Amino acid sequence: MEMIFYGLAALTLAGGLAAVLLKNTVHCALALTVAFAGLAFQFLELDAQFAGFAQILVYVGAVAILVVFAILLTRGSETPMDGVFSRTWLAGLAIAAAVFAVLSWAVLGSTRALPGPGGAPAATPTATVMQIGNALMGRYVLPLEIVALLLTAALIGAVIVAMHEKAGSL
Amino acid sequence: MTPLAGYLLVAALLFAIGLAGALTRRNAILVLISIELMLNAANLNLIAFWRYGPHPEALTGMMFAIFSIAVAAAEAAVGLGLVISIYRHAHTTDIDLMNRMKG
Amino acid sequence: MIANLDQIFVLLKQFVIGLLPASWQPAAGVVLCVVAIICVFPALFAITVLLERKGLGRMQNRYGPNRVGIFGILQPVADGIKSLTKEDLVPLSADAVVHFIAPVFLVVVVFMGYAVLPMGRNMTLVHLDAALLFYFAIGASTELSVFMAGWSSRNKYSLLGAMRAVAQMISYEVPLLMSSVAVVMITGSLSLDKIVAAQNQYTWGLPHWYIFTPWGFAGFVMFAIAATAETNRSPFDLPEGESELVAGYFTEYSGFKFAEFFLGEYVGMLSISGLGTTLFLGGWSAPLAVLGWVPSWFWFFSKIMLSMCVYIWLRGTLPRLRQDQLMNFAWKFVLPLTLLNLFVTALWRFMGDGWERWVVCSAILVLAYVVMGRTGMHRDHLGARRYRYAD
Repeated sequence: MEMIFYGLAALTLAGGLAAVLLKNTVHCALALTVAFAGLAFQFLELDAQFAGFAQILVYVGAVAILVVFAILLTRGSETPMDGVFSRTWLAGLAIAAAVFAVLSWAVLGSTRALPGPGGAPAATPTATVMQIGNALMGRYVLPLEIVALLLTAALIGAVIVAMHEKAGSL
Repeated sequence: MTPLAGYLLVAALLFAIGLAGALTRRNAILVLISIELMLNAANLNLIAFWRYGPHPEALTGMMFAIFSIAVAAAEAAVGLGLVISIYRHAHTTDIDLMNRMKG
Repeated sequence: MIANLDQIFVLLKQFVIGLLPASWQPAAGVVLCVVAIICVFPALFAITVLLERKGLGRMQNRYGPNRVGIFGILQPVADGIKSLTKEDLVPLSADAVVHFIAPVFLVVVVFMGYAVLPMGRNMTLVHLDAALLFYFAIGASTELSVFMAGWSSRNKYSLLGAMRAVAQMISYEVPLLMSSVAVVMITGSLSLDKIVAAQNQYTWGLPHWYIFTPWGFAGFVMFAIAATAETNRSPFDLPEGESELVAGYFTEYSGFKFAEFFLGEYVGMLSISGLGTTLFLGGWSAPLAVLGWVPSWFWFFSKIMLSMCVYIWLRGTLPRLRQDQLMNFAWKFVLPLTLLNLFVTALWRFMGDGWERWVVCSAILVLAYVVMGRTGMHRDHLGARRYRYAD
């Protein structure tokens, strides 16, 4: 189903491009949401159901809202006077182009070593929630607990950093 | 071009777009948005390699991607909290204007 | 014959797609199911709207609408015609593209949730392994539509209403998910079909619905509270409080776009009632073993309409919660109780069958509820009511 792949890739890349090029910051955040959704559909196309739904739940449902709230709280929706791109935009663009050139050269150059023109393995891998749960509680239990600690620290840290100054001196 | 190479190229292009955004935009929040794009591109890479790799039953790529999503969400929260805090102090989110250590 | 009545919609679908060539059949089956969902649930929406206006009217000691048709039965038709023919006003300074997309996005996302609900025996549209995760992922996307509506109107009141609504929806998202995790723990699967199948057993004629267990009852109550807050219904309807904020985030919407928001809200209520029914009330299973001959879809839809009646009853009875009371309630009361519920669920599972687990689990939950209710909420020294008269 090549068409689906090209369509989803186009959607994701269009969302990404819009997110970095648009002038209005809230429009950029909404374009970012489109990019997230496109990526989630690509995960579903790759038979990674759990990752796809987790991507929608976490990114579209939480991170996008967070970005939008931050934009509203910092009055970012007003366009600045001297334009939205910094003075050194050409250097940044050149660096990004160079990075893309190196990465694509690596990918296309090693295509010989990748799985053959058949592409997909004979059987689509099943990643049932039961297997993921077993893996999380078995082999990956240490990362799970560390991520739990990290999330708690991030939660407390974000609240303390963003609290109002006069309340923070209590 | 194999399907895996296709997904890897899309991920590389998305990463480059995110990098360009992080290096050229003036608003601090847009830099964070670009960073999120880069993290998502890496996630796509992980899932593509899980799917077309030799041992998909080991679930390594999927687990890595799930942990990456969780950590990226935490980092976005803290980063945006920092941006709000900086805005309260400097009354601007323009990173080109924040080029001094003083104040 | 009875089994045929139960499976009548499945048989109808197989008959219709049997008329088509073989290569079209899978796609045609899906399209047929989707069309059926899109026809049935807006019809239920019309019935619910009428029920709400009449029911609220009766609770407030007045008749509801009774001019259009006998007892006002044709009122939804009149409402539909009105919303289609009203002028569609878009404010000049509003962001036209986002203003247009917001209601459309809401309706699309809300209908997607129905794909995984088991509406009867063999009547689920998509059998997903991670169905519950899909439903919650889709539900989380509705917040974005609320924000888009409020922001694109370029209106202070809309923005305020939208920010309140999003903050409320995010706060109650966590208790919603946590109270469902207890069900997942006991069933061992995220698939809604398996959850209903686990509840479709009978002991001494009584069903194994999760609401009849201590942790299930507590979980259901917390699920219901969180669901009421997620759909911005009274008593959590400050974002759209008619007496407070004009109409909140959809102030600047008129005509069909307003009807889309209205549709989205009620269809979302039906959807989350469907999920609550599936998780706690046994989905399509009958209340008593002797009633198993009644079609399964009849039980599902009657449980959903019963939930609607409870929603309407709550709206007519309880006063509105203030924003800070609402957030306090979510984070300081409901969330700790859902975490305790998870612990009690685990205890239930590991204590094994017997009367001890009923006593222990119920005791822990009741004690926690009483203790947290008395200490956790700031009660502002409520005492006997003192009347102060103007002198």
